[in-house]
Amino acid sequence: MGLYILRRLGFIFLTLFLASVIIFIVTQFLPGDVARIILGQFATEAAIDNLREELGLNQPAYRQYLNWAGGFIRGDWGDSLVSRMPVRPIVMQRLGNSIMLAGLALCIYVPLGIVLGVIAALKQNKLPDQLISGLSMAFVGLPEFVSGLLLITFLAIGAGWFPANSSIDPDAKFFESLPYLILPAVTVSLTGLGYVARMTRSGTIDVLGSDYTRAAELKGLPGRQVLVRHVLRNSLLPTVTIVAMGIGWLLGGLIVTEAVYGYPGLGRLLVYGIQRQDLPIIQAASMIVVAAYSFSNLAADIIYGLLNPRIRVGG
Amino acid sequence: MADREPVLKVENLTITYDTEKGPLHTVRNVSLQIAPGEIYGLVGESGSGKTTFARGVVRYLPSNGKITTGRISLSGTDLATLSHKQIRKVWGSRVTMVHQDPNASINPSMLIGDQIAEAMRVHLGLNKKQAGQKAIEMLNKVRMPDPELVARRYAHQLSGGMLQRVLIATAMATNPEFMIMDEPTTALDVTTEAVILDLIRELMSEYNTAILFITHNLGVIARICDRIGVLYAGELMEEGPIHEVFRNRLHPYTRGLLGCVPRVDASKKSITLSSIPGFIPRPNQLPPGCIFAPRCDLVEEACQLERPPLVEIGPSHLSSCRRVDCLRTRTKEVEQAREERIEELGPVVLEARNIKKYFPFSGGLTALVRGKKSVKAVDDISIRMRSSFTLGIVGESGCGKTTLARCIAGLEEATSGEIDLEGEHLDYSVSRREPAVLKKIQMVFQNPDASLNPQLPAGYSVARPLTLLRNMSKKQVQERVKELFAAVSLPPDYIDRLPHELSGGEKQRVAIARAFAADPVLMICDEPISSLDVSVQASLMNLLAELQGTAGTAYLFISHDLAAVRHLSDWIAVVYLGRLWEIGSAEDVFVPPYHPYTEALLSAIPIPDPDIEQDRIRLKGSVPSALNVPPGCRFHTRCPRKIGAVCETEEPPWREMEGGHRICCHIPIDELKTLQGGGLLKKAGQGGNR
Repeated sequence: MGLYILRRLGFIFLTLFLASVIIFIVTQFLPGDVARIILGQFATEAAIDNLREELGLNQPAYRQYLNWAGGFIRGDWGDSLVSRMPVRPIVMQRLGNSIMLAGLALCIYVPLGIVLGVIAALKQNKLPDQLISGLSMAFVGLPEFVSGLLLITFLAIGAGWFPANSSIDPDAKFFESLPYLILPAVTVSLTGLGYVARMTRSGTIDVLGSDYTRAAELKGLPGRQVLVRHVLRNSLLPTVTIVAMGIGWLLGGLIVTEAVYGYPGLGRLLVYGIQRQDLPIIQAASMIVVAAYSFSNLAADIIYGLLNPRIRVGG
Repeated sequence: MADREPVLKVENLTITYDTEKGPLHTVRNVSLQIAPGEIYGLVGESGSGKTTFARGVVRYLPSNGKITTGRISLSGTDLATLSHKQIRKVWGSRVTMVHQDPNASINPSMLIGDQIAEAMRVHLGLNKKQAGQKAIEMLNKVRMPDPELVARRYAHQLSGGMLQRVLIATAMATNPEFMIMDEPTTALDVTTEAVILDLIRELMSEYNTAILFITHNLGVIARICDRIGVLYAGELMEEGPIHEVFRNRLHPYTRGLLGCVPRVDASKKSITLSSIPGFIPRPNQLPPGCIFAPRCDLVEEACQLERPPLVEIGPSHLSSCRRVDCLRTRTKEVEQAREERIEELGPVVLEARNIKKYFPFSGGLTALVRGKKSVKAVDDISIRMRSSFTLGIVGESGCGKTTLARCIAGLEEATSGEIDLEGEHLDYSVSRREPAVLKKIQMVFQNPDASLNPQLPAGYSVARPLTLLRNMSKKQVQERVKELFAAVSLPPDYIDRLPHELSGGEKQRVAIARAFAADPVLMICDEPISSLDVSVQASLMNLLAELQGTAGTAYLFISHDLAAVRHLSDWIAVVYLGRLWEIGSAEDVFVPPYHPYTEALLSAIPIPDPDIEQDRIRLKGSVPSALNVPPGCRFHTRCPRKIGAVCETEEPPWREMEGGHRICCHIPIDELKTLQGGGLLKKAGQGGNR
């Protein structure tokens, strides 16, 4: 098991390295001259040359990469081209916001999704199953800007229970921000709920039909014991995996939801950076998103390994 | 046995499934009784309703299945009328079940000990510690080595034979009155099967449990059952004490089933196996008279008019055949003798010398510490094959049979060795072989479901090699496909059918037609009949023998079924842990002297004749890992005839005998002869008819 985690960690560093190369190439080289982007269309050639020298853009590509990557590892993520502020505190603060939202969403949709999925599996092809499966399908398919706007219309503007705008104060404490978090978290949960419920349902149906479930039933065990020890123990394995993998999506992929609510998360920071061609912001934010995806995958693998004796104990 | 008060009494049980096409009466009017300590064998082809009957008896039917009529009395309790809650109390305490596939029947993420203890905690009210203690006792009872250790293991850490012991231990733990064993040994090797069957026999006499033993294997029934019931399309055809039924066979279906089984003392050269024509009827398409009439060779007009009842025709012997008297007088063996083929050695087709196949095994850190290891799947095997000649390869699973075949076919690249086909040197890899070479070696795989493309008609699969390897024109291809379908006895309209419209046996016929389409000189058959019913097996073996007679193809026939190998093969090679231990003509290999491993394999074969007393030579444990091959003679760790230290340190020499029969053993031939005496077959001869 230790070896298994070590190997996975090795892969993560490889992933991060490759991602950093791609991010660097895409941002630094492809869309034209960085110095011109910074100085704008009307800058003089001399000013651009000066800036190129200052930024080290005349050095060979690999040196530029090493400078940038080295700085990144040391914690020097550069200054924003727009605000001239250091990038790191901005990105970290946004990451904090994203983690709050992700945490709340997970607390909502994971338990609910598992319960609904199990109920659907137990009542396979009967009314509860059809309801749950149909709704979860609809939730997965419903775009976040639609579900988000619906929630705002009814719960924020109509009922007035929650604020419609979630652009929280950076210095606010978690409990002060909580009311602002609920609507975006619910919006995200609708999608996540669909995935978790469907995965739980199909995993549970598989295990319910397995020979060992039949064997357990024919041992005359109480129904609850069969369900918990024999069925869920095995059927939730794939669910655990997709929940852990979902963390990456929650941290970096909620661009639409964050935009709808004006929530200051990582996704919105990325969009903001791209719109203003703020290269250091784009680079730092994308690296964090890649890292979030990688580590949530690692978490998925580790949890899967811990729950699955085939990996934990070996052959 | 019959005079004791039965534990289980089933009267006129009918089980019906509600389906879209209306109700299906899958089991009809079956009555039977099982006494304490008695093993009742229920036999029949797939689709005969064996499993439905068993599940119905314990009221474990899917939601669309129900018991329409009948009483099921378990020591006075009528199971048919119990509520769901009440029946749950019966399950696991008074009735237990051992299932077919031990790998799938054990929860992969729960400790073995906990799974055995579970039922005892619920039904016997033991606490965790007591139940855990008792679980270890039970493991001891089923002769599990290191029971304390095994109790703390997970399913994937144990072999199939060990898992089956665990299931038996679990089923015995609550000391039930009645136990159902549904094909408990079908998934196991013949050597493991023999050990498990011995174990079941011993435990039953100790525990006095009544057992319903379901299997399609008549040999297994003959070895351990007291009485047998023959089920056909949901109805009992014949029932009686085991010796009575096997000796007299007073139903044509029983007779047909027994005729299908290849015998260990005769081969394709002397007999054609009898097979039962046609198929089991679906429960909604039953013929009006005797349900077996359409497939019966004794059928008369009267048989087709009225359903004959199951009547007593001898002491506790029941049969539903109207023509019992005719059966009594008819000679028992309805097998056809075949004209003895004149033995003439054909030209050498394949020569494989010193084939080795090592799979690299990278064990992470362990590899760093102990150096790289490799799994020696095939370790120095040489074989030679001639045209019109079948070489059978036998051995337990994991011995390297299939890897050897795949190396010859080029599907697996050999590590070293030479493969010559008709004098030409072959490349290790199939992708580097010329089409002209490819067409000469064809393969028939075990699972026809997986080897035919489900989206394309059967004819397409057969046409592929014709266009790919023989460059035939479209018209020629059509012609040839028709001929090939005729050659494997499939009607021409099957050419356009999709695989799912064919039965298992028909699919395998298509696979055989495809192999012959390339006009090969060598055909590799890897367990081609193992997944099929006995009657289908018999007809396929006849087909293979017939095709070889006309086409002169050499067969490399791999099977774990020794009787089938004996039937089809001219020569037999015995493989263990990647190496050859005995090779010789089929006649020689099946009589002493044999290699101790061969001897153990032979004595494990379940012979469908309860009158035969087989020697009980049982192998301990399972095949060692090919990662750690024992030094000296590789078989010494399990050899029942080990002579001493020499076996552990020195590789045994090959010993030649007449007719090219060779054995690789430290024991000299003469000594083997005296040790093994008359051998298996001679004993069989004394038993009576075999």
